[in-house]
Amino acid sequence: MGGYTPVTDNEKREMLDKIGASGVSDLFCAIPEEVKIDSLNIPEGKSELEVLCDMERLAAKNKVFASVFRGAGAYHHFIPPLVRSIVAKEEFLTAYTPYQAEISQGLLQGIFEFQTMICELTGMDVSNASVYDGATATAEAVTMCRDKKRTKIILSAALHPMTVATVQTYCGDCEIVTAPVRDGKTDLTALRRLVGEDTACVCVQQPNFYGMIEDADAIGEAVHSAGAKFIMAVNPIAAAILTPPGDCGADIAVGEGQPLGMPLSFGGPYLGFMACTDAMMRKLPGRIVGETLDRNGKRAFVLTMQAREQHIRREKASSNICSNQALCALTASVYLSCMGASGLQKTAELCVSKAHYAAEQLCSVKGFTLKHTGEFFHEFVTVCPVDANILLHQLEERDILGGYRLSEREILWCVTEMNSKEQINALVAAVKEVCLSETDF
Amino acid sequence: MKLIFEKSTQGHACSLLPDSDVGSYRLPQQLLRPSAPRLPQLAEIEIARHFTALAEQVHGVNNGFYPLGSCTMKYNPKINEEVASFPGFTKIHPLQPEESAQGCLEAMYQAQQYLCEITGMDAISLQGAAGAHGEFAGWLLIKAYHHSRGDTGRKKIIVPDSAHGTNPASAAMAGFDVVNIPSDDKGCVDLERLREIAGADTAGLMLTNPNTVGIFDSNILKITEIIHDAGGLVYYDGANLNAVAGIVRPGDMGFDVIHLNLHKTFSTPHGGGGPGAGPVGCKDILTPFLPSPVVSEENGRYFFSDSTASIGRMKSFYGHFLVILRALTYIKVLGATGIRQASEHAVLNANYLKSCLEGVYDVAYQGFCMHEFVLTLERTKKETGVSALDIAKALLDYGMHPPTMYFPLIVHEALMFEPTETESKETLDEAAKILIDIYQLARENPQALHEMPQKTPVSRPDEVAAARNPRLRFNFHA
Amino acid sequence: MMAIRSGLKYTKTHEWVEFTDEKTAKIGLTDFAQKALGDLVFVNLPEAGNAITAGESFADVESVKAVSDVYSPVTGTIESVNEDLLDAPENINSAPYDSWFIVVGDITDKVELLDAAEYEKLCAEEA
Repeated sequence: MGGYTPVTDNEKREMLDKIGASGVSDLFCAIPEEVKIDSLNIPEGKSELEVLCDMERLAAKNKVFASVFRGAGAYHHFIPPLVRSIVAKEEFLTAYTPYQAEISQGLLQGIFEFQTMICELTGMDVSNASVYDGATATAEAVTMCRDKKRTKIILSAALHPMTVATVQTYCGDCEIVTAPVRDGKTDLTALRRLVGEDTACVCVQQPNFYGMIEDADAIGEAVHSAGAKFIMAVNPIAAAILTPPGDCGADIAVGEGQPLGMPLSFGGPYLGFMACTDAMMRKLPGRIVGETLDRNGKRAFVLTMQAREQHIRREKASSNICSNQALCALTASVYLSCMGASGLQKTAELCVSKAHYAAEQLCSVKGFTLKHTGEFFHEFVTVCPVDANILLHQLEERDILGGYRLSEREILWCVTEMNSKEQINALVAAVKEVCLSETDF
Repeated sequence: MKLIFEKSTQGHACSLLPDSDVGSYRLPQQLLRPSAPRLPQLAEIEIARHFTALAEQVHGVNNGFYPLGSCTMKYNPKINEEVASFPGFTKIHPLQPEESAQGCLEAMYQAQQYLCEITGMDAISLQGAAGAHGEFAGWLLIKAYHHSRGDTGRKKIIVPDSAHGTNPASAAMAGFDVVNIPSDDKGCVDLERLREIAGADTAGLMLTNPNTVGIFDSNILKITEIIHDAGGLVYYDGANLNAVAGIVRPGDMGFDVIHLNLHKTFSTPHGGGGPGAGPVGCKDILTPFLPSPVVSEENGRYFFSDSTASIGRMKSFYGHFLVILRALTYIKVLGATGIRQASEHAVLNANYLKSCLEGVYDVAYQGFCMHEFVLTLERTKKETGVSALDIAKALLDYGMHPPTMYFPLIVHEALMFEPTETESKETLDEAAKILIDIYQLARENPQALHEMPQKTPVSRPDEVAAARNPRLRFNFHA
Repeated sequence: MMAIRSGLKYTKTHEWVEFTDEKTAKIGLTDFAQKALGDLVFVNLPEAGNAITAGESFADVESVKAVSDVYSPVTGTIESVNEDLLDAPENINSAPYDSWFIVVGDITDKVELLDAAEYEKLCAEEA
């Protein structure tokens, strides 16, 4: 049995004597006898050596694909080695929330830098210190926009389905309306008819779930002309080159920060970011770091505007969030520092170029067409001549994780800087081969 | 210390990416941003040094004693980190076919099983990203349960005034009205008041046991009975599970739904404020409503399953998988006996530290404590002007992380200590000595304490100015 | 020594009320209140046009570590809101009787109000 308790039997005896107890069980006398258990029905502990072997065996039951062409909310990007080494630093890893500012300046400054970088990426005025993920960030943003008079929420049908589902859970008591999609993008005409005096906010994702680049400017205009708020979810890599939410008139920018240095890790932990205009600053949920001076006039960082939060406002807090994704936010900061604007731009351009090359090559396979006609970032939907399940399964046999199946004949492909030309060509060759043999029948 | 933006030099960069091997596709100009984001421009060595300098001004469990009450700052085993970095886990896409992710699914299933057994629950969802997230899910479960029985009049949730702020906040988020119930002079639930309040409009009661002053409420069986008799359900805030894991199970005490804090009880690192994980577990009556999806098993095959009555998704994907892995590793190392012994040692350490301080400091509640205890500096403040805050600031100069201050709200000038089981007797003796020295100082020279800390990089930052005139980002034009 | 202005009415929850006529009044926080609250950093104000009810909270004030409700002494409709408080909440600390929160009109009801002498007595008891 393993454990991390550094107490010897002698020391235990000394301690019990000091306490005035005859045995450890004395200390648990307040627990009713009838509910105490003798032992847990789980295996006994093992040595670290054995547990490591156990966990290695579990890991070996997973397949790591040599080529990944799947996104749909979790993206395979390059993680600069420095990122992992910095984030593994024990101080960052094992520290608590920096409520004691004087001994947490390193952490607080790190968050302040993260907040600044998010503002730069999104073009917004203020950012918080992170929330759980992009989906909950969107849900929290919707909560920021609701008031007594405006309770209708409009969600684009081109949002990630998991985001929509999360907003529905968080805002179940509100009227949630879907703005339909036309040719892979939010239908602007339909949206203009939907927004009104009762609308709290409209949420759109950039690029959207289908990889398409939305007409965010026009959407922002339509939303504001009805007096509603514009929430724009943005892919942080795409934000390096696309018009940022701030320039599109967004009131709140949110997004999934996983592409910024976090591995796929079967879905988590990821990173939700939230940034907004100055006007909405006091409505932001979660922790925020601010700059101030200490008693000697020295620059210092502190958690600020805490009276918004649950530990002070309790049932009057707009959000219950306490723990956030601090270490993931630090990960993003290190990633963004390693990349710099030029590196991030290059990553985005590589994604765009490779995705367009892949799309072109895939569509050279008989029966493959692009489903939508507009511009896309690094994801695109193809219509396929064969059953998507069969195609994807065949690709998996060839160590390729193909796109995400949307329907029997539609696949959402994702291409990033991680996909070399050889990989893309191999994908296309495999697809060609599978389609030929399937359509022979 | 300079901000990273202040260290930026035009032209400095890391060499990370190859050029395109497929030519270049240019998006139309009108879609592109007019100017680049002002991210730092540094060489790799400069970035490494910057973050190393930041790390030097951070205090983690790895640096020293961290007795934050209610946070369970126990040692974060490095084996957890190693497992969580296996490529066989980190490189798995959440939308891979289930057959190719059987290791991940089996790990989650095992975690579900173990956590159910430890808590006495029938089912569990690992989707909660943090304790508060789990709480919110838990209240949605209770709401769904009552509504499914056509009982829509239960709009009230009872919360003790000693509760952690997330408790009432989560209840309010789920659309309930919060009724605060005062604690009695032992910090426990006032049974008479509870009987008066609990009724047909009660959806449930939210409780942690031991409570936030570190006392186990022995009336727990009566408490859960009162709520059940009134038709409500009882929610267990698992933040204080480190006192009783392996000794008693919330499910056996009458709780219907719980959340766990894996970053507290189950040794996953706090990361400077997150990520944690807040799985939510429940009894059979609530299982159909659990957040989707959960992991199921049949004939040795693991897969995700959805319930049609589920309250839905709490977030994208399945939860903080790498955090869950760490907790699973911890449970495998400790095992049945280890978990029990960890709780016993946690309670032993807390009582020992308390007994070292008892003659000098005022303890808020008499008798044995559980895994944490509360001191009150109310009398000291009246007599010397030295407050809980001053004591905490003084500790910083001694290199010790202060305990939790001013929580719970029912104790004035509170300092709450939770040593955890991973501290040695030597550490506790040293901590007691430091605290007693500071107390002496408070009596002899209170003014000195008002001036502390002196040895930290900054001292007593102006939080009023920070809140009145928020400066929340670096200004490039300043 | 605490400032109490004569000519104003007071509530037991430490708000001051200045009636300009029977149906209109200005409301703010007293010196006792601002001292107890400490340095105020932010005020959450209602909107003009909102209805308010005697005895219920209509605003709240934040210090660094706490938030406190401000209770309405009257039932009526809010005619105007002092937005200056949003930029300078510290004025409530430095000049509580000049830092009005709202002007209420169409007053139909009020809580029990104290005069200056009665309020002074209450403060002495609470101190």
